[in-house]
Amino acid sequence: MDRHVLIVFPHPDDEAFGVSGSIMKYIQEGISVTYVCLTLGEMGRNMGKPPFATRESLPEIRKKELEEACRITGIKDLRRMGLRDKTVEFEDPEELAKRIRAVIDEITPEVIITFYPGYSVHPDHNACGAAVIKAVESMAKDQRPEVHCLAFSHDCYEKLGQPDIKRDVSEFADRKLEVIKAHRSQTQGLVQGIKKRLSKENQEFMNQLKTERFWIYKFQN
Amino acid sequence: MQPIKQSEVQQALDSFANQEVYLHLETTNGAYASHFNEGFFSAGAYIRNAKVTYTRGTITGDNPYRIGLKMPIGWIYAEGLTDWEIDDKGRLLIAGHDHEGKLAVALELSKEPF
Repeated sequence: MDRHVLIVFPHPDDEAFGVSGSIMKYIQEGISVTYVCLTLGEMGRNMGKPPFATRESLPEIRKKELEEACRITGIKDLRRMGLRDKTVEFEDPEELAKRIRAVIDEITPEVIITFYPGYSVHPDHNACGAAVIKAVESMAKDQRPEVHCLAFSHDCYEKLGQPDIKRDVSEFADRKLEVIKAHRSQTQGLVQGIKKRLSKENQEFMNQLKTERFWIYKFQN
Repeated sequence: MQPIKQSEVQQALDSFANQEVYLHLETTNGAYASHFNEGFFSAGAYIRNAKVTYTRGTITGDNPYRIGLKMPIGWIYAEGLTDWEIDDKGRLLIAGHDHEGKLAVALELSKEPF
């Protein structure tokens, strides 16, 4: 049987730092990856360094950057949900969960990766994670895929404990850096910063890239 | 975008005056401001596709600039503006970029909805 993993994030580039190594690893193992990206990151503050995007040209630029990032990562099934950046939490949660459920029913993933609701800083991240959890909760318990969550709020270790999964993706570190660079409008400043910093800090950044951490969501009902 | 030239932006503001136009107005310090700096009070607002008419639009200041649009019964205001362009759809895009080049404020006018 075909094996599938589903990724659900609200913004192009949300996949780059914390998950793209895992995605490459899944794909290398022959697992198909579908990436559902809810918005085009229309309201991002980063416009490139120096700025080359405007508020109005940013969506189209980020769309192309996302397509390039997917090409590098090896994702062949990219789907956009047509929501608007910074508004995910204001959408009808039931309807969003239904749309995500439809994708789950179609591709029957064994794992879904998303943000941990409440521990992911950006309101869109938390609302996206909550919609995924709601979608999975609507399934029979023995049919549910595992949900692997990213979290990076200051209190995530204190409240959630150590991550359940620490995946070594060092073999993909160089390609992962290429994925980060592909989101040029958003990461140009960061990448320049890395080059400028001392090599020791560079090393630390690369070490961070080499391990990806996930908490497995524990369903209450 | 290019750095604001006051006289050119003034001309553009004049060309959108006294007619129904669509407004995008935004300030933002980013969704991560309070995450990276816990003492920081994050605030921002945006409105997209507000249909407005202004009778007098003025740009003042000395980089960064301020703009005030006087409406029959109200005002539209933005400060911290640094760059501008007329895009390929004829829309007037004005933005303020901070010292790192990140967008902090945007004021945009269009004769068609954004």
